[in-house]
Amino acid sequence: MADLIQEIEKAELRDDAPDFAPGDTVRVAYLVKEGAKERIQNFEGVCIARKNGGLAETFTVRKISSGVGVERIFPLHAPTVTAIEVVRRGRVRRAKLYYLRGRRGKAARIREKRLR
Amino acid sequence: MPGLIGKKVGMTRIFDEDGVQVPVTVIEAGPCPVVQVKSEETDGYVSIQVGFGSRKEKHSTQAIRGHAAKAGLDAAPRLLREFSVAEGDEYEVGQELTVEQFEAGDRVKVTGSSKGRGFQGVVKRYGFAGRPGGHGHPMSRTPGSIGPGTDPSRVIKGKKLPGRMGGTRTTIRNLQVVRVDGERNLLFLKGGVPGARDGYVLISK
Repeated sequence: MADLIQEIEKAELRDDAPDFAPGDTVRVAYLVKEGAKERIQNFEGVCIARKNGGLAETFTVRKISSGVGVERIFPLHAPTVTAIEVVRRGRVRRAKLYYLRGRRGKAARIREKRLR
Repeated sequence: MPGLIGKKVGMTRIFDEDGVQVPVTVIEAGPCPVVQVKSEETDGYVSIQVGFGSRKEKHSTQAIRGHAAKAGLDAAPRLLREFSVAEGDEYEVGQELTVEQFEAGDRVKVTGSSKGRGFQGVVKRYGFAGRPGGHGHPMSRTPGSIGPGTDPSRVIKGKKLPGRMGGTRTTIRNLQVVRVDGERNLLFLKGGVPGARDGYVLISK
């Protein structure tokens, strides 16, 4: 029976999401509604976590905006997330990079992944 | 409009046009054949009896097989339930009810058997507060005093005390139909419905 749920969810999943992992720097384009107007806004930062599976999957993006750390959680499969682009691949040894919250500047750097 | 018998498939979510996530319960409902139409003259009340699913021959009695055969069914239905209708005339035996009778935006009523929780205390069962967890209080989830003493020398009836919780017939009203999948006989309802996955539920308007 759980298979039927997966089958239903499959139709709703997005297929244009790039392959990205925590540590990667991503640029997320998402729809913002301001009254009647709609526009697309970008949010660029380090992906520090991916959570849940299936249609419920979300990812957290962290950036430093005017000296303040800002994190946004996006549902991976939401239609309001119009595009996800990987800017830089990072090499990390954790699945969740929450330790970045306690660090700033040089200490919060992430090494770039060497592609073989 | 009568209702349908269904089976709870599970829960998931759906994104609406604004990108808002809507929690939904998926129910595999129908197709339900009308097995019997009860009328004032023959039965003293008006309702229709509908079936759902099928039973293996070894699990069905001759009586129920004969009852099903009258409606033109090959196998006895797993479940038979009645829905009261205003006039039985518009339904005939053998007619199939499907999820197509509902459409997105409709409000429905879902009846099922809630999950059994066993013997539970008053905190879980009735939402009693229990004692504060800290600041020098001893931990306790007891009901406390259950009434006055010498007069009346008894406990008033209906006093909320620990006991069996869940496993009762429960109805949730005003659930919104989010989507109808006629091909797969699926009904998507906003929010939760009583019972476990694979549990049977009745859906009516």
